[in-house]
Amino acid sequence: MGGLEKKKYQRGSATNYITRNKARKKLQLSLPDFRRLCILKGIYPHEPKHKKKVNKGSTAARTFYLLKDIKFLLHEPIVNKFREYKIFVRKLRKAYGKSEWGTAERLKDNKPTYKLDHIVKERYPTFVDALRDLDDALSMCFLFSTFPRTGKCHVQTIQLCRRLAVEFLNYVIASRSLRKVFLSIKGIYYQAEVLGQPITWITPYAFAHDHPTDVDYRVMATFTEFYTTLLGFVNFRLYHSLNLHYPPKIDGQAEVELKPAEGKEYAMDSESYLEKLSALSASLARVVAPTQEDDVEMDEFPVEGETAEQMDARRKEQEALEKHKKLFEGLRFFLNREVPREPLAFIIRCFGGQVSWDKSLCIGATYDVSDPSITHQIVDRPQVEQQVVGRYYLQPQWVFDSVNAKLCLPVADYFPGVLLPPHLSPFVTEQEGDYIPPEKLKLLAMQRGEDPGEESEEEEEEEEEEDDNDKDEEEEEEDESEKEEEIKLKKMEEQKTQSNKVQCMAVGLRLEDKQRLEQEQQSEEKRLAIMMMKKREKYLYKKIMFGKKRKIREANKLAAKRKAHDTAMKEEKKKTKKARRA
Amino acid sequence: MVARWQSTSCSHPRPSHHPASSSVLQDIRNTVGNIPMEWYQDFPHIGYDLEGKRIYKPIRNKDELDKFLEKMENPDYWRTVQDKMTGADIKLTDEQVDLVHRLQKGQFGDVHFNPYEPAIDFFTHEVMIHPVTNRPADKRSFIPSLIEKEKVSKLVHAIKMGWIKPRKPKEDTPTYYDLWAHEDPNSILGRHKMHVPAPKMKLPGHEESYNPPPEYLLSEEEKLAWEQQEPAEWRLNFVPQQYRCLRAVPAYPRFIHERFERCLDLYLCPRQRKMRVNVDPEDLIPKLPKPRDLQPFPTTQALVYRGHSSLVRCLSVSPSGQWLASGSDDGTVRFWEVCTARCMKTLPVGGVVKSVAWNPNPTVCLVAVCALKQVTWHGKGDYFATVVADNSNMQVLIHQTSKRWSQNPFRKSKGLVQCVLFHPIRPYFFVATQRYVRVYNLLKQELTKKLMANCKWVSSMAIHPAGDNVICGSYDSKLAWFDLDLSTRPYQLLRHHRKALRSVAFHKHYPLFASGSDDGTVIVCHGMVYNDLLQNPLLVPVKVLKGHALTLDLGVLDVIFHPTQPWVFSSGADGTVRLYT
Repeated sequence: MGGLEKKKYQRGSATNYITRNKARKKLQLSLPDFRRLCILKGIYPHEPKHKKKVNKGSTAARTFYLLKDIKFLLHEPIVNKFREYKIFVRKLRKAYGKSEWGTAERLKDNKPTYKLDHIVKERYPTFVDALRDLDDALSMCFLFSTFPRTGKCHVQTIQLCRRLAVEFLNYVIASRSLRKVFLSIKGIYYQAEVLGQPITWITPYAFAHDHPTDVDYRVMATFTEFYTTLLGFVNFRLYHSLNLHYPPKIDGQAEVELKPAEGKEYAMDSESYLEKLSALSASLARVVAPTQEDDVEMDEFPVEGETAEQMDARRKEQEALEKHKKLFEGLRFFLNREVPREPLAFIIRCFGGQVSWDKSLCIGATYDVSDPSITHQIVDRPQVEQQVVGRYYLQPQWVFDSVNAKLCLPVADYFPGVLLPPHLSPFVTEQEGDYIPPEKLKLLAMQRGEDPGEESEEEEEEEEEEDDNDKDEEEEEEDESEKEEEIKLKKMEEQKTQSNKVQCMAVGLRLEDKQRLEQEQQSEEKRLAIMMMKKREKYLYKKIMFGKKRKIREANKLAAKRKAHDTAMKEEKKKTKKARRA
Repeated sequence: MVARWQSTSCSHPRPSHHPASSSVLQDIRNTVGNIPMEWYQDFPHIGYDLEGKRIYKPIRNKDELDKFLEKMENPDYWRTVQDKMTGADIKLTDEQVDLVHRLQKGQFGDVHFNPYEPAIDFFTHEVMIHPVTNRPADKRSFIPSLIEKEKVSKLVHAIKMGWIKPRKPKEDTPTYYDLWAHEDPNSILGRHKMHVPAPKMKLPGHEESYNPPPEYLLSEEEKLAWEQQEPAEWRLNFVPQQYRCLRAVPAYPRFIHERFERCLDLYLCPRQRKMRVNVDPEDLIPKLPKPRDLQPFPTTQALVYRGHSSLVRCLSVSPSGQWLASGSDDGTVRFWEVCTARCMKTLPVGGVVKSVAWNPNPTVCLVAVCALKQVTWHGKGDYFATVVADNSNMQVLIHQTSKRWSQNPFRKSKGLVQCVLFHPIRPYFFVATQRYVRVYNLLKQELTKKLMANCKWVSSMAIHPAGDNVICGSYDSKLAWFDLDLSTRPYQLLRHHRKALRSVAFHKHYPLFASGSDDGTVIVCHGMVYNDLLQNPLLVPVKVLKGHALTLDLGVLDVIFHPTQPWVFSSGADGTVRLYT
């Protein structure tokens, strides 16, 4: 009745959001500056729940920021620095225009700079927050560190990125926190676990970049500016958590080894320092000298509410982890010059292996090809002349697969010139109903301690032995596979009946009538119940079922493709065998 | 250089080698000067001598063969050049050849020139006791400069006024330090409450491997399909590839693009917290009583009554349950014995039969047949109402059989009337128009209720024998259940059928109702109404009955229950009537 008339859009969500242009005007910044500020401060647009209400009745496409975010930007010291910089550029231009070199010099000396420390602290109030967000920072730094030193961005940025990336790699080596590696067609993925946080990053393959024209490098440079600051602080903290010097120092003993022979000055010490570090072959100096009994048995405090089984499982997991960390311990690797040195050296060192390479390839080689103690030589060429007895010649994939499998895989599949087994992604965890490639199954069996390798070998042998009567054998095999198929089909049928489609499969016919009737009745009941669902729930249900069905369909498709491929391979094998015999 | 040399060679006729020829030729000096000789290309002469007479080109009729022979035979061929001014061949002397060699090597032309003669200093480097010049120093060199003073005072003034700022002291704080030394979890800003952390990049699957299992590689068709898709609808933004060794893997051309797109996503993409429903789909299915426990209800098709040649529009069962009347588009009404499916009588009516209704009074055996739109009896069997398909106020008429007179209950038309119904107990009259069902009190002659059907076009209506619940079928395939005590809006909207509902029916005694639809099915539902007012009716679908074939996009046209048994009759567009028991 009484009271003032309430105006629309003056309360509620309409007042919580602000459009981009209004925000820009409120901050009195140009669009590029506003964007830069948003990148540095990590401000992003929000999607309101009721867009029309927030947009004051209009349905035009607009980006909205939270008003609180923008107010928070208002008293940011960097905003003033942006303005100062603008003025500085104007003054400098004027001085150059008037040919007042002295003034220009003076202005340049007083160039306004800003620091991003407080922003890092503000965006990541705790160290773990920073670690959680490190993925993009690392990927970007690794990308920038591969850029050429010309054009595109400042040389200092590239050098800084390289330094930080190398420092991080050295930390990962020192802490042995690498867990997974993956060779993809895009680049090499690594996953490390730092303070319980998985950190994944990707590095491109070492090729010259074909710089695209439709990429705004200024945006990337702004991101990199923030990421380098973040990564620097994170590195500092990480190094100190391991009692290492920061900036890193190469271990005294290793440094002596690294020193080139007299008279063969490689470069100035300051220049070669980063290169020595990036060789990844030397351990780092510690602030406190490590005592011999570093591996003190940790006391175990039982967590409340934890059963003995859980504790046992935890201990087992811990043991497995320790074992994984020492995967390559005691092995000595040698990298041929055609394999990518940095990733392989990094991975091998992360798991305790010793690694070296040709002296002319890179600084930091510790032993020669002819060293008899070398156990594995990584080669990537079709064949190797002059093989030395007593060492394995392997393709680089062996290292990656072994790390992912958490055990040293049998070497026979990885000899030079051999058709490699597929390289699987360690990031995929198959759930029930997903398609699992047979190689993965084999690997899982191997991890459990079974040895599936023998079977296949035997099979092959048998095949070789048998001449004409291998048809029977094959039929048997087919029977087996049929049985598997049946099981699979049964599972599928169950799922299908769940998804309210009665399909009389061949399997169903064999079942007893009674059972079938019962099943039909059940499915009908279900169908009727589905009819009674509310509209919203029915929609949701249908969506979920659609997703499930699509998943099953995709898995089946992959399985069928694999089967077709395997049969084709078998045929081929047989043909070649026959041709050989004839 | 060459031009000069030519002129010199011209000016020195070769006296030593060809004394005779030179004396014969005498001095043929060309007077054309230093001009491009190709100007005389098209003329027979090559210039003019001192006397102004033409110098003719020497007759040259050497072909390639002659040249070759000369090259082979003449030992001096290599040092013979053609004089462009005279056109004559000249043999170079040894000195001239030497000169050419020296010039080619970049040496001086003169043999005797020495470029490395010792340098003699103009002044000695030793300091002598006497100055070279003895000029006294200027006065300006020892008195302070006024200009400098002016400049300095200007600078001082500028500093004083704050125009020039002194150089900033260099900061000596280290670039990196322990930023999180004093971690304070309470310092988390309020802003962080609304913070939506950026989702992490998707981790790669097997298909991204440089050497994936063969099933992940795309076949030719899949590759083609991938190429024809828009980039927005790709499930993978790359084509899986297989390389036989690591050495063969090329650079990924879109690496920088992908990082850049990630950057754009981070700062330009609006974020929203989406609650992901993590629900087992089985939990969504409502827990209903098992249809088995709700028996009896019709489950199987028992009889088919064949005989009509066109679609059967309407059905009616005699109150005793022994007879069935059906009206069809072929212009007949047929009477069937229910148990035997025998057609007892065929009554040609001479028009399309739209509705038949058996008098509910068991003592009177009377069937109302109507070709208008609908006819329906009052429960007592004395009154019946008809509906005419026009838009006037005369659409609905109520007739009394005992007095044989009709009355028009409505003064004004409220829209196209679809069907009407009498309340089984109370003096209420239900009129369904397109979207509403109006309930009139016939005694008080007023509108008591207006039911909102929430559908586009009501097709049929039935009332529960207890009289408190009404169901409405509609052409937009919904069935609305009204609880008259509860609300004027539907208690439940059932969307069981896939196509338009044609008719709905309640059973007289059993808690059953059925609906027939254009999709050819009859759905029987259990509709329990409790006497307790607090308990809502329980609606459970119990059976989907199929049997009618679709003809002309029409399926079931009418359904009706047997008055005593849990049986349901349905008539379809295929000209049959079916009984389900």
